[in-house]
Amino acid sequence: MTAEEIYKSLKTRFGDAVREAKLDARQPWILVAWNSMKEVALFLRDDPAMQFDYLMCLSGVDYNDGRLGVVYHLSSMVHRHKIVLKAQCTKDNSHVQSVSAVWGTANWHEREAYDLLGIVFDEHPDLRRILLPYDWEGYPLRKDFKVPEFYNGMKVPY
Amino acid sequence: MIEAKTLPTSYVTQPGEIRTSSGKTLHTDEMIINMGPQHPSTHGVLRLEIVVDGEIIVDVIPHIGYLHRCFEKHAEHMTNYQQVLPYADRMDYVAAMNMEHGYALAVERMMKIEVPERVEYIRVIMAELQRIASHLIAVGTFGIDAGAFTPFLYAFHDREHILDLYEMTCGARLLYNYIWIGGVSHDLPPQFIDKAKEFCTYFKPRIKQFNDLLTFNEIFVKRCANVGVLPKDVAINYACSGPMLRASGVNWDLRRDDPYSVYNRFEWEPQVGKGEMGTVGDTWDRHIVRMREMEQSVRIIEQALAGIPVGNVQAAIPKRIRPEAGEIYARTETPRGELGYYVISDGSTTPFRVKARSPAFVNLSVLPEISRGAMIADLVLIAGSVDIVLGEVDR
Repeated sequence: MTAEEIYKSLKTRFGDAVREAKLDARQPWILVAWNSMKEVALFLRDDPAMQFDYLMCLSGVDYNDGRLGVVYHLSSMVHRHKIVLKAQCTKDNSHVQSVSAVWGTANWHEREAYDLLGIVFDEHPDLRRILLPYDWEGYPLRKDFKVPEFYNGMKVPY
Repeated sequence: MIEAKTLPTSYVTQPGEIRTSSGKTLHTDEMIINMGPQHPSTHGVLRLEIVVDGEIIVDVIPHIGYLHRCFEKHAEHMTNYQQVLPYADRMDYVAAMNMEHGYALAVERMMKIEVPERVEYIRVIMAELQRIASHLIAVGTFGIDAGAFTPFLYAFHDREHILDLYEMTCGARLLYNYIWIGGVSHDLPPQFIDKAKEFCTYFKPRIKQFNDLLTFNEIFVKRCANVGVLPKDVAINYACSGPMLRASGVNWDLRRDDPYSVYNRFEWEPQVGKGEMGTVGDTWDRHIVRMREMEQSVRIIEQALAGIPVGNVQAAIPKRIRPEAGEIYARTETPRGELGYYVISDGSTTPFRVKARSPAFVNLSVLPEISRGAMIADLVLIAGSVDIVLGEVDR
């Protein structure tokens, strides 16, 4: 399926939950509402015409304008097509629905996005920090992150 | 067909209880055991929190991040795109060429740079040599995990030849900074082609020797077969890649299925696990897939060496790499699987965001799924067969 067909199919099924799309990009993407992510993901995985069974990558992004984003790179082993999904939230209310129940691989990727960007994935089974120490404060990949002077009372040489 | 390992059920009455041979009933409890972060069989600094019932694993909780060096943060704070390359090296320090290759490819696609044909051939040769070197470490250390020490020394001996080839080319043996955006740092030295051909001729019989020594060794087969079985659907759901995915019977290799560089010009076949000694997707399958991939890599190298054209080794690129605003996800097949770089550019000379989708990170996340119900001793083997490099898991 082409990106356009995927977009049309999602649009007819989910209506306003599918916000916008950029289909002429090098890797076409579709923006989905943060609170409909899971049902869209389930549909994309299970619909016989879609069968996006392989979540290549899940990345968190800070767009530096008050928005945080999650980017899902999907591909299908069966149909050999690809699509990029995006979800966005604001820094003050950084919630996105988890898709770890749909693709197991999302579990650790989402923990990483939570760890480094502070995106909270609702319904995630085990949302803990993954790369940083458990007592770390702040989210380093946010553009407004300041490197702390002290860590656990120790001066951080810089 | 070797029988699956089963529990001595006669002693077990119900969960939480066990009957001794003299007829007494004892209460049992689950116990938490800590393995790592400093442990010879975790291949680096990985901590596994293991919940065990007797010797049976109930759950495994991996704790990672001990080697986190903020690759993504660093990438955003460099002064240009090229400076990220040496950091990419340090992610997977036993397959640094493949790491550079992936990043260079991502930026080149963003910039729409066409690299000279000679560069593509050099890159393929380097990447495949690196695959052999990396797989040699993987199978060597896997032998150690299974209790066989000698094959490890054989593997390292052979790997030394590849490192010599690298040293001859770019002066470095581990972290090369050789593949640059738009080309490679130097041309191959004049004697390289002959030496590399010599290596291929030398190495082919060594694979057979290694197989005789370890792979088809009766003790090794019994130790590995039917352990840590990763079913096909779980492998896909967890987005496993590389030998891990192929061992589970999925015929998927990015070099063929999402071709990059000049891989589509060579004749070779992706290797798939067939469950020859037990179940499809067990640790033995993962081992044999790596062994057979080395043969295929030699095939590719031989063809590339024979067909390498003369020419430039640097494309004409602008002095300042400044891709137009946009984003790209470029993926390549490294020895451990799919390495993806998601690069966002805002039109400036530094990347706005670089996310590295490292294969070992994703492959490791399936470890709890395939370890439940195994014995503690098998966990060492299962973790070894995943072939993690913690530098890349933690980035």
